[in-house]
Amino acid sequence: MNGEKVIEVKNLSKHFGQFKAVDDISFDVKKGEVFGFLGANGAGKTTAIKMLTGIWSSSSGQATVAGFDINRNRNKLKENIGYMSQKFSLYEDLTFKENVRFYGGIYGLSNKEISQKTDEMIAHLELDNIKNTLISEIPLGWKQKIAFSVAVIHRPKIVFLDEPTSGVDPITRRQFWDLIYETAESGITVFVTTHYMDEAEYCDRISMMVQGRIEALGSLDELLEKHDARNMDEVFVKLAR
Amino acid sequence: MITVQNINKSYGQVQALKSLSFNVEEGQLYGLIGPDGAGKTTLFRILTTLLLADSGEATLDGLDVKKDYKKIRKMVGYMPERFSLYMDLTVEENLNFFATVFQTTVEENYHLIHDIYQMLEPFKKRKAGDLSGGMKQKLALSCALIHKPRVLLLDEPTTGVDPVSRKEFWEMLKKLQQGGLTTLVSTPFLDEAELCDEVALVQNGQILKVDTPQNIALAFPHKLWQIKSKSNYKTLKILKEFNQKISAFAFGNVVHLATDLEVNEMMIESYLKNKGVEQIQIQAIQAGIEDVFMDLMQ
Repeated sequence: MNGEKVIEVKNLSKHFGQFKAVDDISFDVKKGEVFGFLGANGAGKTTAIKMLTGIWSSSSGQATVAGFDINRNRNKLKENIGYMSQKFSLYEDLTFKENVRFYGGIYGLSNKEISQKTDEMIAHLELDNIKNTLISEIPLGWKQKIAFSVAVIHRPKIVFLDEPTSGVDPITRRQFWDLIYETAESGITVFVTTHYMDEAEYCDRISMMVQGRIEALGSLDELLEKHDARNMDEVFVKLAR
Repeated sequence: MITVQNINKSYGQVQALKSLSFNVEEGQLYGLIGPDGAGKTTLFRILTTLLLADSGEATLDGLDVKKDYKKIRKMVGYMPERFSLYMDLTVEENLNFFATVFQTTVEENYHLIHDIYQMLEPFKKRKAGDLSGGMKQKLALSCALIHKPRVLLLDEPTTGVDPVSRKEFWEMLKKLQQGGLTTLVSTPFLDEAELCDEVALVQNGQILKVDTPQNIALAFPHKLWQIKSKSNYKTLKILKEFNQKISAFAFGNVVHLATDLEVNEMMIESYLKNKGVEQIQIQAIQAGIEDVFMDLMQ
């Protein structure tokens, strides 16, 4: 396994009949990197993520994630990644503690590890008052912070975050990004999609998909210079319109 | 056109709306701006007569949401937060269905949706469930307009929508407004506040502020600085320790620092230099809605 690259994608495509949802994309993501994966609705982001998380096979091309081939080694791949989105994160009718036990169990943590992780999260996210509350009764911002911590409970090599902050208030959104930075600093790669362009600017590198292809990839400064733009919003509009 | 007076609504122990009041004038594009959980959807359900408030009054064009609910249902166009069209009907069929329910025809009111529907025309035989997010949203707006409503109520129409489609959507709303339509729109995107004539900032069922976006921005009570440097995240951490700071928040690749009025550029610069921050650029700036919102939240 290549120690530095957590994702390696070469000429990856996914076709549905004539339609090329993902059309020959290639890129790498490094260990500990915060990688922004942008694109308009329908540009192919979701299809690409479904392949990278081992849910769908590719039509052609290759990719490894956390060292495992996305077509041949899907089960191993799934054990070594974390995933959260706004739509799917925690079980609403379980409490915080029950969710941690559930996910910890799924990912093969021992009981001792689970209770240790539970305590760590309670202290770190200040959950003492809501640790036994049903997730459905917890405000969205808290829920998303908990969901993120749960998604990395097994210390995966990489975590995929699909629009994690959609609808979250501005202060909690920023606290969420503090968590992203901490996680990346601890060596877990973060692969994130967002429609907030200020959040795109927090990423180490940003890629931009347009109609199934990656039309731009680089650091914020590189993209601003290349597209003669003042901010990421302008880059996005120039590429997608 | 819309009046909301002391509206209260609780679900069990949870107070979703706490004595909410505001007015929307005829022809206004009015924004209800706030995060998830602010109570926006509850208010929309009360205004569309789908839910009763515990107390308080609300009217649309003088009609009471309780007593005149039948009349209100005929005169409002409503786009709920969740896509609520028939997934297994085509674009065309959905539109015809909504026109028929309101006892009109697509032909009669086609001029209202002409601009929007043109973009959908190539897909008119496609099932609504197979449309992309942006197209679904355009169809939902067309269906909300086809009976020529006097008031348009849009609940988070741009959530989950990319920046370009968001801009297009707001251009459509501006055009509808020029035709005289009154629109109340909710959004968690604070930058969209600036596109409204007047806004109510809401959080946890309460109104934080009601005014024009310009006045709200001008009323920011502190001095605001934009600070750019080599490593934004490190600089943010350092600025959070700055003695004279009121708040420090990341805004993309810069930090917004709010301070007391007597703080000047030199003071910030020397503080940052002392801490070893490199490539410092400091600029006094005008606050935006997001700055104000976070200040009101604290």
